[in-house]
Amino acid sequence: MDTMRERFASVTTQLLDEDPRLAVVLADIGVDGFRTAQERHPGRVVNVGIREQLLVGVGGGLALAGLRPVVHTFASFLVERPFEQVKLDFGHQDVGGVLVSAGGSYDWPAGGFTHMAPGDVALLDSLDGWTVHVPGHPDEADTLLRRAAAAGDDKVYVRLSVQTNVTPRPVDGARFLTVREGTGGVVLAVGPMLDNVLAATEGLDVTVLYATTVRPFDDAALRAAVAGTTAADVVLVEPYHEGTSTRHANDALEHVPHRVLGLGVGRRELRRYGQLDEHLAGQGLDARSLRERITGFLAR
Amino acid sequence: MTHTTLDGTAAHATGFGELPHLMSLMTGDEKHGPAATSTLDALWVLYDRVLRVSPATAQDPARDRFLLSKGHGPMAYYAVLAAKGFFPTAWLPGFGSYDSPLGHHPDRVLVPGVEIGSGSLGHGLPLAVGTALGLRARGLTDPAVWVLIGDAELDEGSNHEAIAYAGAAGLSRLHTLVVDNTSASHGWRGGIASRFEAAGWSAVTVDGRDHEALYAAFTAPHPDRPHAVVARVEAKEYSGEPKPKAAAA
Repeated sequence: MDTMRERFASVTTQLLDEDPRLAVVLADIGVDGFRTAQERHPGRVVNVGIREQLLVGVGGGLALAGLRPVVHTFASFLVERPFEQVKLDFGHQDVGGVLVSAGGSYDWPAGGFTHMAPGDVALLDSLDGWTVHVPGHPDEADTLLRRAAAAGDDKVYVRLSVQTNVTPRPVDGARFLTVREGTGGVVLAVGPMLDNVLAATEGLDVTVLYATTVRPFDDAALRAAVAGTTAADVVLVEPYHEGTSTRHANDALEHVPHRVLGLGVGRRELRRYGQLDEHLAGQGLDARSLRERITGFLAR
Repeated sequence: MTHTTLDGTAAHATGFGELPHLMSLMTGDEKHGPAATSTLDALWVLYDRVLRVSPATAQDPARDRFLLSKGHGPMAYYAVLAAKGFFPTAWLPGFGSYDSPLGHHPDRVLVPGVEIGSGSLGHGLPLAVGTALGLRARGLTDPAVWVLIGDAELDEGSNHEAIAYAGAAGLSRLHTLVVDNTSASHGWRGGIASRFEAAGWSAVTVDGRDHEALYAAFTAPHPDRPHAVVARVEAKEYSGEPKPKAAAA
C-alpha cells in the first residue's frame, strides 16, 4: 500500500491531465512525486523553492488568475509559518484553493517539534469557510483529494498522515459514518484515530462515529447518534490538538444537556523523539490509554 | 470627451489636475502631505497611459492587472480609479465610514477595479507572481501584471522570496513599481534597484513626479526578465496613517 503522500502525487498527477484549471505549487518538499507532472504541464506545476510565504501567496495569485491551486508542504510550513498568507491571500481575497499538508502532529518524531503541527486545524478554525478533510487511509485520501480538487472555488484543507487505519471506509467528503452502535455514549474518532478507538471501545456499549471531514462539522450525525443513547455523553478523539472540535460538538448538542470530553494532542511540548507509536502513548492516544480515559469519563 | 460613470451620468473626462479635488473629498484637505500623494503621479501615468484596463474590461481575463500592495493611504488610488470611472466620485466623501466600500485599506470584494485587498504589507508581490504564473498557464501571455509596493514595504521578507523567484523564473510579464519616499527604517544600501538587478530583474530608477520619465520607465523593454521601476519622491514627512476628514457634526 502506498502512503497518503504518494497517493497525493499520483492522484494529482492524473487530475492535472484531466483538469486544465488545476495547478500545483510546491516549496521543494514533495517535488520528486511531481517530476512527470511537471514535464507534462510545466506551467501548472510550480516549485518556488524554500519559500513558504511565497508558496501560499502564489497559490492565491493563481486563484486570482482563474486557476485552482493545490498547495503542498509539511503542515508546520503550510499553515503555521505563513498563516497570515492563508488568512489574507485566500479568505480575504475571496478566492479558493486546496492546501494539502503532510507531517501532521508527529509523523516524523525523530525530527522533533520543528516538524510537528498539532495546532493546524485549530488555527484554521479561526478562519471562515475552510473545509477540512482528515483521511484515515490512502484510499480515503484518494477520494477526498479528488473531491477537494473538484470543489469549485471552495477553500479546502487536506491533512495527510503516515498514521493510517488498516481498512478504508466509504467516506463521502461530508458525512460522519456510524461504525458501531451502542447506548452508553458516543465516541467520535477522527481520521487515523479510528483503529485505536475501535480497539479501546471493544466490548463497550457505545456508538462509534468516524469523521474524515471535520469542517463543516456534521451536527446532524452527532445529534442522531446521541439520540440513540441513554445519556448524552460524547468523547472526541482527534489526531491534533485536544478539544479542537469540542465547540462544534457543544453547538450541535445545544438543545440537550450533555457532556463532552475532548481527547487529542496536548499543548505541552513532549520534547521527545522516537517513533509514532511512542508519541501516541505519550499523548494518551494509544488504545490502552484511550480505554482508560473513555471508560473513566463514561462511568462518572 | 465624456465617459459614463457607474451611476449612469455622463461626466467630463477627468485630468490629472482634478485629482487633488477628488482626494480632498476623502480628506477634506486640499494640501496633502507627501505621504498621501507619494503614489499619485505614478498611479496616474499607469492608469492614463500604460495599463490596458477600463471599467468596461475590469472583468476581462485578458486585462492588465494592477495590484496595489501598499494599501496604506489609498486616497490617491481611489481618486485615480474614480477619475477613470471605475466607481462614482460620489463614493469618495464616505471614505472610511461604515456604509462606504472605500476603506483605509482597499478591499477587492467591495471596490470595482481593485484587484486585491491589501493593507498588510508584503502580500501583493507574491500574489502578483502567482497571477503572472496563472495567466501564463492559461495561455494569456499578453496581459501585464503590475504591483505597487513602498520602499518600507520592501523590508518584508515575503517580497524577497518573490523577487528572488521571479528573477530566477524570468517572469517577463511581471512589473513592480516601488514608490520610494525614503521611509524604510534602515534604508537600502546600494539602492533599491540593485536588489532587483541582483535577482535578475530589469530595473530603472526615475523621478516619481516626472510623468514623461515615469512613462518611459514603465514602457522600457525588458525581454525575458521581470521589470522594476523605482519612483523616487520626496521623503515622508510624518509617520502614521493619513487622517480622514472629521465626521460631520
